[in-house]
Amino acid sequence: MNWLETVRAGLEAVRAHRMRSILTMLGIVIGIASVILTVGFGQGAQQEVQDEIDALGSNLLIVSPGSSTDAGGMRGGFGSATTLTLDDAAAIGDESVVPDAAAVAATTSTSAAVTAGTTNWTTSVVGTTPSWLDVRTRELDSGRFFTRAELAEGADVVVLGPDTASELFAVGNPVGQTVSISGRQLTVIGVLDSSGASATGTSEDDQAVLPISTAKSLSGSTNGAVSTIYVEATSAETLSAAYQEVQSLLLTRHGVTTAEADFSISTQDSLVETANATNETLTVLLTGVAAISLLVGGVGVMNIMLVSVTERIREIGLRKALGATPRVIGRQFLVEASMLGLAGGVAGVLIGVAGSWVLPELIDQPVTLSALATGAALATSLALGLGFGVYPASRAARLTPIDALRSE
Amino acid sequence: MIIELAGIRKTYRSGSMEFEALCGIDVGIDEGEFVAVVGPSGSGKSTLMNILGCLDNPTEGSYHLAGEDVSAMTEAQLAEVRNRRIGFVFQQFNLLASLPAWRNVELPLVYAGVPRSERRDRALRALERVGLGDRVDNRPGELSGGQQQRVAVARALVTEPALILADEPTGNLDSRSTADVLGLLDELHATGRTIVLITHEHDVAARAGRRLTIRDGQVSA
Repeated sequence: MNWLETVRAGLEAVRAHRMRSILTMLGIVIGIASVILTVGFGQGAQQEVQDEIDALGSNLLIVSPGSSTDAGGMRGGFGSATTLTLDDAAAIGDESVVPDAAAVAATTSTSAAVTAGTTNWTTSVVGTTPSWLDVRTRELDSGRFFTRAELAEGADVVVLGPDTASELFAVGNPVGQTVSISGRQLTVIGVLDSSGASATGTSEDDQAVLPISTAKSLSGSTNGAVSTIYVEATSAETLSAAYQEVQSLLLTRHGVTTAEADFSISTQDSLVETANATNETLTVLLTGVAAISLLVGGVGVMNIMLVSVTERIREIGLRKALGATPRVIGRQFLVEASMLGLAGGVAGVLIGVAGSWVLPELIDQPVTLSALATGAALATSLALGLGFGVYPASRAARLTPIDALRSE
Repeated sequence: MIIELAGIRKTYRSGSMEFEALCGIDVGIDEGEFVAVVGPSGSGKSTLMNILGCLDNPTEGSYHLAGEDVSAMTEAQLAEVRNRRIGFVFQQFNLLASLPAWRNVELPLVYAGVPRSERRDRALRALERVGLGDRVDNRPGELSGGQQQRVAVARALVTEPALILADEPTGNLDSRSTADVLGLLDELHATGRTIVLITHEHDVAARAGRRLTIRDGQVSA
């Protein structure tokens, strides 16, 4: 009896007990589907984080102020201190001190209401320098960005994010119109292109960007504090060099040691890692649960195959009397078990793929299917059937024909 | 001689108890013979049948089937010998209920490695021969007891075996079907096949050319 015949006989046996076969496969179906979806969720979430962080710009260092402690001893979080200044940003911009920095953009950020005619919209008002556009790898949809001259004179100009623009100006071109922030009239000189990363949500597309000098005078602030300094390294290779340079420069300028640093520098990689670490823990946990359900599915296959061997004991005896060797009988049951496993795996993959289309619509979470995970799931289901089929198959193979024929 | 049994003993052990089912059987059966093995239940008849059918190894003694010493073969070798040399007809028919008649008949050919197309031809011819040419696609459940036993006979002869071993083939049949099946065995005998028929019915045994009576694990004259 060759393999093809064995497979055909196995198919017949699986079909002959259709209901039982389906119930047997169910455990594996659920296990495989959940493995595929869990891995898909994990990868979707990672992709989302990656997109979000890529949207910040490329080869970016993000310098944030350290924490502040108020008079009462209350310590604010990172970014609450006012230790980073425009002067720090200017120093980083000095090519002789930080040769690996391509561009520097200091930013301040506050939330404020923007009014255009009778329409108003509260958004994040970002004060920065002209290099912001490069550092954050943004493009303009229309108009222009502000210039160094406008920065120097604190000109009353503003560039709107695309979402902000459409909220304030439902019709017509916003460029050339006037908006007012904190009672000051500003001319819209440009509209940003969408940041392209849809997963980022709207914040990157919903902001009003203006010269940092203008922003300072708007908020009435006289100190040079900034909320973030973005430093773009000249290339991915020089990122860590730039990191070192910025760090030692700021430590020197602030007169502190590494241990008492009043600022923190993060890279995109470190952001990705932090975000993924959480995701990974969750993915590993969920995959573990799915793996256990797979194992339970495998035990189910073994269970049913053992029942099947007992139930078909006369058939086994007859086949042996007619010339089936123990090996052929064992193979037949092994093939049957692995077909149950594989069929369960295929059904599980189909459900997993269907789920990856339907679920994101329902729960607003991206699911990225991976071919590797799908292939591995199929291989696992086959291996489960094979593995848990070994014991029943050897039981069947070891039956002596007379005992099997004699049984009622 | 197609069957040569010399000094066959079979001892069953359960715990410390020993039971000798066969105690020294010497039998020779020539090619083309029709032999009936008779004896009361518990006489060792079934044990002898199992050994003759290569379903079990004797504890002692030698068994030559068509010139081959089968008494010391492994289970896999015995399976091959059964497949090639022996056609079985059982009291319980032992047909697979899920398969149509012709698929039941082709089973021994599957294990013999005969290609698919040839198997169907040979199965159909065998069914024709037992007078069931028009029921090839019926499942066992759709056939009468006599017809089922005839399917089993077709299965026994499809491999053209040297020996047809029938274990109480009429035990579950009414008198008409009994006559049918016995007539079939007569016909096979007439075409030169060796037939060993195990039975406890004397009128059935009367069809055979020779009668072998087993009593207390021995051949009695």
